[in-house]
Formats: sequence, structure tokens, C-alpha cells
Amino acid sequence: MSDPRNMSAAPQATAPPLSEPSAWHDISCVVNGHEVDAQVESRLLLSDFLRHRLALTGTHVGCEQGSCGACTVLIDRVPVRSCLMLAVQCDGRDVVTVEGLAAGDDLHPVQESFRAHHGLQCGFCTPGFLMTLAALADDAEPCDEERMLDEIGGHLCRCTGYLGIREAARCALGIAAGPDGCDHTGVRHE
Amino acid sequence: MSEPRPTGYVGAALPRLEDERLLRGGGRYIDDLDLPGAVDAAFLRSTQAHARITSIDASRARELPGVVAVYTGADIAGRMDPLVNTEELRIPPGLEAELKPLVRVQPMPLLADDEVNYVGQPVAMVLAESRYLAEDALELIEVDYELLPAVLDPEEALTADAPRVLLDAEDNVGLRVRHGVGDVEAAFAAAEVVVSETFTSHRYVPSPIEPRGLAARVDPFDDQLTVWSNTQTPHRMRDHLAPALGRSPDTVRVISVDVGGGFGQKGILVVEEILIPFAATDLGRPVRWMEDRNENLVAGSHAREQVHHIDLAADADGRLLAVRDRIVANLGSRNMVGLVVPYNSLAHLCGPYVVPNVDIDVTGAITNTMFTSPYRGAGRPEAVFAMERAMERLAARMGIDPADLRERNLIRPEQMPYRTGMLDRRGLPQEFDSGDYPAMFERARVALDLPALRERQEALLAEGRHLGVGMAMCLEMTGLGPFEGATISVRTSGRIQVATGAPSQGQGHATTFAQIAADAIGVPIDVIDLVGGDTATIPYGVGTIASRALVTAGNAIHQAGGLLRRRILEAAATVFDTTADELGLVDGVIVRHATDAAMGLRELLLALALTPGGADSDGLVETSYFQPPNYATASSLHAVVVEVHTATGRVDLRDYVVVHEAGRLVNPTVAHGQVIGGTVQGIGGALLEHFQYDAAGQPATSTFMDYMLPTPEIVPDIRIEEISLPSPTNALGVKGLGEGGAIGPPAAIANAVEDALRPYGVVVRSCPLTPSAIRHLLRGAAIDQEEVTA
Repeated sequence: MSDPRNMSAAPQATAPPLSEPSAWHDISCVVNGHEVDAQVESRLLLSDFLRHRLALTGTHVGCEQGSCGACTVLIDRVPVRSCLMLAVQCDGRDVVTVEGLAAGDDLHPVQESFRAHHGLQCGFCTPGFLMTLAALADDAEPCDEERMLDEIGGHLCRCTGYLGIREAARCALGIAAGPDGCDHTGVRHE
Repeated sequence: MSEPRPTGYVGAALPRLEDERLLRGGGRYIDDLDLPGAVDAAFLRSTQAHARITSIDASRARELPGVVAVYTGADIAGRMDPLVNTEELRIPPGLEAELKPLVRVQPMPLLADDEVNYVGQPVAMVLAESRYLAEDALELIEVDYELLPAVLDPEEALTADAPRVLLDAEDNVGLRVRHGVGDVEAAFAAAEVVVSETFTSHRYVPSPIEPRGLAARVDPFDDQLTVWSNTQTPHRMRDHLAPALGRSPDTVRVISVDVGGGFGQKGILVVEEILIPFAATDLGRPVRWMEDRNENLVAGSHAREQVHHIDLAADADGRLLAVRDRIVANLGSRNMVGLVVPYNSLAHLCGPYVVPNVDIDVTGAITNTMFTSPYRGAGRPEAVFAMERAMERLAARMGIDPADLRERNLIRPEQMPYRTGMLDRRGLPQEFDSGDYPAMFERARVALDLPALRERQEALLAEGRHLGVGMAMCLEMTGLGPFEGATISVRTSGRIQVATGAPSQGQGHATTFAQIAADAIGVPIDVIDLVGGDTATIPYGVGTIASRALVTAGNAIHQAGGLLRRRILEAAATVFDTTADELGLVDGVIVRHATDAAMGLRELLLALALTPGGADSDGLVETSYFQPPNYATASSLHAVVVEVHTATGRVDLRDYVVVHEAGRLVNPTVAHGQVIGGTVQGIGGALLEHFQYDAAGQPATSTFMDYMLPTPEIVPDIRIEEISLPSPTNALGVKGLGEGGAIGPPAAIANAVEDALRPYGVVVRSCPLTPSAIRHLLRGAAIDQEEVTA
């Protein structure tokens, strides 16, 4: 059955609250490959713009202090904390969120690797890790364990204890596995 | 009728069914909920640890464009009662009769009226058209405080001349309970060796990456109050909200959404959870509140802070004769959750050891700090830290290898089920259902290659490097009652809905509960949809706390699934005009034996409506409640190798083995994810995390840059050695395992650090073992040695 909606249409920004006192800016940016025009208040965080005005709620806000990494998105292909950036700073920039990672039915290799290696539990920090690792996967320079750890070192996960995430990252980035192969836990059953 | 055919989902390490949605950014967390017309809430919180509020002026805030309302304590006075967590404060009859515990009820005002008792206490609530505007308005509320003396240290709070935390209280006691067995005085008098020490567990914040939040809406058409929340206990929330707001519980629906981690912090009711639905009711508009990180760290419940003055008595062979412990727990500004945490500490203190004489006295002190509540482990990590540190000291005193000392004292497998002679948290005789503790030590010795490790330790020491080995053994009585239920139904589409009161905060219920249901019913796993924690789908529930969901909800699903299978076959029998014995249900298809006749579940539903007498009652639905007859006791042994760099104070984890026993595993991948995740939280507490106040009660660690969580690069490759002893307490043979991992690490790591620093003779009495803490220990040791030489 065909979907009557125009699925290729750009996300439409909802109107800002009328009572917001700060100055207004008209911005144009590309979000997940779509042109977006919006009027934003000067103090609006990029994270709030994406989540509450574009309804792209896959970007999560964990601290608004720049320390947890959950809100990471790509700006011009560079991982950036969207809670530390203003929406107006995105004028003319290219933004990719977790919703833009998969190609239709096919998950991005980093997403696939997280699924294969139990790299997520509650899923709240996951989009941030995925964005940082997706940028790393797209980087032409080969990545080793040290660089991978350095990059994901800016992300906090409270559920997994990181072992599944590290293994997912290694497999997605082609970093040689440890002696346990891809079984990150080395669990031995009786 | 034969038992449901095992289709073999239970026990399989299936990838999680919920993952793809979450990986695509398709999670539905509380802050993702866009309610048309909603207003955003923000809270003004006390800036003082203890003060009298002499005036609040919210008039400028109320006049700010975009502000819808500002409530202060005066505005809600007489409209709602202060918060009392009645369920948690209840004393089980067995404990009441035997121990006569003191449990003070110290109601929490929804908004402070004339007195604030900790920094972060809600003072006013602003509702505005956006969160930005609400936070603007907070700045415009003027509060005048008359400062009062604050007391922060729990032992200081219990002294006679301590300032009162609550002005009108007679003292700073929140609760008191004492329990024991045997004759402790006589045992100490007869002992060959006595060890007396003080060990302290510090203050933690559970710190889920998603803070707390909820949204509420009263439907103007049918007056139904719907609350979406990231609570771990939706039914308790409904049952509290209804009377608090003067409503019938029939008109309140609480829905758990996707939750970004809970760890206990989202498991108890807090004032914000009453104020938001209240505002939605009062204003006639949907209201949303999302806690920010600063609020979560400062004013989301804290945990763990306990002081243990512990004495061990042993005979000449190192066999324990008696344990005496005087525990002071810091409850924070009020006794919010009663015996839950302190009694867990008491009941788990002696752990896997045979201890004939026990005397444990617990006092809960109130202080001008954020209140404490259960956090992953809930009293057990504190007890294990005290007991396993004391065992280490005993071993050092007697010159026995710590592992040998522990093994000498273990409850043997042939003693199972083992009664300790104490009362459990329900007030019934404490009984461990199953376990093989000596086998765990054997596994740990082999996994670490302990003899070789000891040689390596000596060799490295000669090079000036400090390697240490530490172990900690812990038990966890899991599967807390009184019940959990499941309603399983064949839906119009032919898909199957499993509804239970226990929501998931990341534990993978959508997979593990579906595995249980699919096996019990006889259907493929992909036709099952799990609803965890929607009060409209099942009338009663408790929630996902206390390592209980798998045991209680899991077995309820197993029972209800079996009933539904029988119901389906009996209903199909009327359609086929035969008996249920002639039918089978295989992979979701009803087949008539020895014929080609077959029918799907959707076809059955349609046929039933057309078959006289077909469904005979309420269709293809079954509900079952499981009431665990006893706790299912899981166990784990943490064995860790550290290297301590004495020049910098840095502690590196070189190896980490968890020997783990939690009954039958429904999904080993999910189970080990829980164990590893818990272990890393414990590592965080051992090395990094510490919520601190300054002398005036001002929080000093209110960001993740000060309250430091473990990061990806510090975690060692944890190895799990799994032992499985199915629990006889339930049909599935499962035990709870959500909390277990977090219990052992602080004790194991502290033991290892002390072992590494044995040449200096340091005694580790608390965590976190940060570089400065290690340097402090070493400096103290140097001074001690000077004194000895002098």
C-alpha cells in the first residue's frame, strides 16, 4: 500500500512559543539531507531545536553540561554536543542525527555492530555513541584501539559497563579483536 | 493435558528484540512525548541546607509573559497531604512482633512551607509555555531564608547536642532496629582472635543517563488522568496519586514509557510525581517536567552512605564465632523508605558465611542532606564492604590467605537450603534456597591462576611495583514479593499481548519476557508484544525494583502463558468439535493430531464468535499472579587484580573475574550484560564516584565533571564464570540478577588495593580510592611507621 504522505519532505519546524523574549533569527540548514528553514530564538539550544521543534527525538539530552555525550550529532560531519551549541550556529551547516544514520531498511554498520554485540541496554546514551563512531568509521584515517577509546571516552553509558560498546566499536571500525575474538565477555559456562 | 511443549527460547542468547528501534532513534522516552497544549514545569529549590523561610515573593514571576502559574507551599496548603511512602514504611508483622523496630514517619512537604531541610528541596513550582520561560521565572522568585544550623554527618547527628534536622523533631533518629542470634558476648569472650574496625560506605547518586521525568494530562472529555512517567513502579504511583488528588484509582492511568536507566532512583515516589499531575488537574492543561542533570545530582535521591563499627570473633583456625556490627545509615533529611535499605544491610551482612552468633544494631540518622533511597544493591554493597573488609583484616591478623579464610567459613552446599536463624525482610525465617559457594572459590582460583599470581606479585614487588589481589563474596536475596502479575491475551490481529506491572529500564524485558511467554504458549517469539507497566492493561502490580522482575513477573508470565495455551486449545476444541487432547499448538498454529486440520490464532478468534458456546467466557485472555514463596538467593564472587602506582596514587584494574550464580538464565547475553553493567557501577563507586557536601551542606559535586562516572577506557575486560543452580522457589528456576554486579566491587577492589600496599601496612576504610585517597593512605602509613620506629 502506498503512503499518501510525502515522505521525502523536509522536517517542518513547529512555531516557537510566542512569548519567548529573545531575539529571532531565520536559519536555513540541512538536517539528515533535507533543507530546513526555521525561525529560532537566539538562545535556543541545538538539542532542543532538533528534539522539540523538528521532532527528531532520537538525539537525547543527558546533562546539558557537555559531559555525557548523549546529545552528540554531526555538524559538517564532525561530532558535536548539541546541548552546547545554539540552533542559530547551524545556519548554513549540515546536521546529521541518529535518524539519518540508517539507509532505509539497512542499519548503518555501527548500528548493526551495536545490535550484534549487545552494545546497548536502555538505549538512552546510544545515539551519541553511534554518531561519534559513525564519524570515525567515515574517517579516511585507519583507527586503532587507542584512538577509538579516546573518541568514545567522551561518552557516558550507565547500563552496559562499556564492554559491549567497545567490542561493537572494534568490529565496526575493523580494529583487531582481542584474544577472545568478538566475544567480549569471555563467558565460560559449566 | 500435557505440559507446554518447550520451544527452546528460554536459555537462548537471542539478540534483543527492542534494539533496532532504539538504534534508529525510535525510542519513546518521557521527554519525547509531545502533548499538544502542554506547559513545562520547573522547580525552585532550596539553596540552603537548613533554614526557615521567612518570605516568598513570586509576584514578579507570575507576571512574566508566558508564565501560566507559580505554586508555593502556601498555594497548596490544605489541598494535598505531605508525601509518605506508606508501602516502604510498612513494617512486616514478623519484624514488628520479634524486633519492635522504630520507624519514624517523617512526611515530606510537597513544597517547603516554613522550613527547608536540605539543598535542593522543592520550594516553588513554575508552569510556563516553555521550559526556557519557566526557568526565567525561577530567577524572579524572591525567597528570604533565616539560616539554621545544619548537621551533615550521621554520627554527629545522633549526638545529644546536635542541631535538629527537623525543627520540631525530638531527635535526629529516623529508624532503629536490632537483630541477632546466639550469645555474642560469650562468643567474643571465648574467641582466640578479635578484629574491630570501622568501615564507611560513601554517598552515591545512581545517575541514570536519563534523569527523572513525567507528563500528566486530564482528558476534558472523560476526566481521566493519564500520567506518563519513567517510574519503575507505575502501579504504586497510581495507587498513591489517586487518593492524593482525591480521585478514584479507576480514573488514573499511569503508563511507563521507555526509560533511560533507573537503578532504583526511579523506584520510589517523590514529591514532583504528585505535583505534576496536581498541576495538570488544577490548570486543566497537560504538564511536563524533565529533571535536569544538576537537579538529578543534587535533588534526585542519593544512596549508600553508611558507617559500620564491626567486630569479628574467630577461633584459632579462623572460624567465625561471632559478628557484631553497629551500623549508622545516613537517611538524609527524612526517613523516606524505612527499613528497606538498612534491613537489607542487616540481612546480608554475614553473607555466605556460617556465623553462629550475630548482633547487628542499625540506626538511621537524619541529616540536612538529600534523602537516600535504594540504589542497585540497596544496602548490600555497604554490608559487603564492611564484612569483606573485616574478613580481610582478620586474615591479615592471623596470617592466613584471605581466600582460605573465606573458604573455611562458607556455608556448604549440603547445608542448603540454609537457615541463618535470622529473620528476612518479610519477617520470616531467613533461608537461602540454593548455592554452591566453595565451587565459586574454586572457579575464581583457576580463573586467576592464584598461585602463579602470588609469585608474580612477589616478583613485581622486588621491582618496586605493587600488584594486589582482592576478593569479595556476596549474596543477594532476590525476587522480592509480594506478587507480580501478567495478563496475556490474543489480540484482534492474532498477535499476543503480554502485560505486566514490571516495566523495563533497559533490562531487555521485551526479549526475555517474550522468550518465557513464547515457550509457555507455544508461539513464535515475534508474535509477542510486551507492555510493561501500563496500569490500564493489568490492574495490580508492584514494579521493577529489588532484582525482582524476572522472578516475579517472569513466573507470572510463565503461569499465564500456560493457562492461555490451555484456554486456546479448549476454545479450539469447541470449534473443531473435539476435545483439547486431540489438538496441539505448535509455533502459533493449532493442529488437530492425525489430520491436516490447522488454524491460526486470528482464525480461531473469528471462528469463536461464530461458534455457539465457543469462547465460554471472556475470550482468549488469561491473568495470573505469582507470589514467591521465598527469596531466590543469587551469589557472586568478585576477584580483582589491581596495580597501585604509589608515586601517583593511581589504581589500575589488571584483571577482573566475576563468578556468578543466578539460577537458570533466560537469556545469557542479557544476563551477562546486567552483571557487567552492575559491576562497572560498583567499580565507579570504588574508584571515582562520590557525592560530597561542603561543611555548610552545599553540594560540591553537582555536575558529571565532579561526580565522576566510569568512562569507556578505565573498565577492564571483565570475565564472567557462570555457575547455574536453578532455584527451587519458582517453576522457571530463575533468580534475580539486576543488582548483583554492583554489590561486590568496592569491597573486592579495596581488598586488592590493601593487598597491593601490604608493604606499607595501610588499612583501607572507605572508597573511592582516588589518587589523592591512595596518597593520603600512604602518607598516613609513613607517619605511622615513623611513630613505630620512634
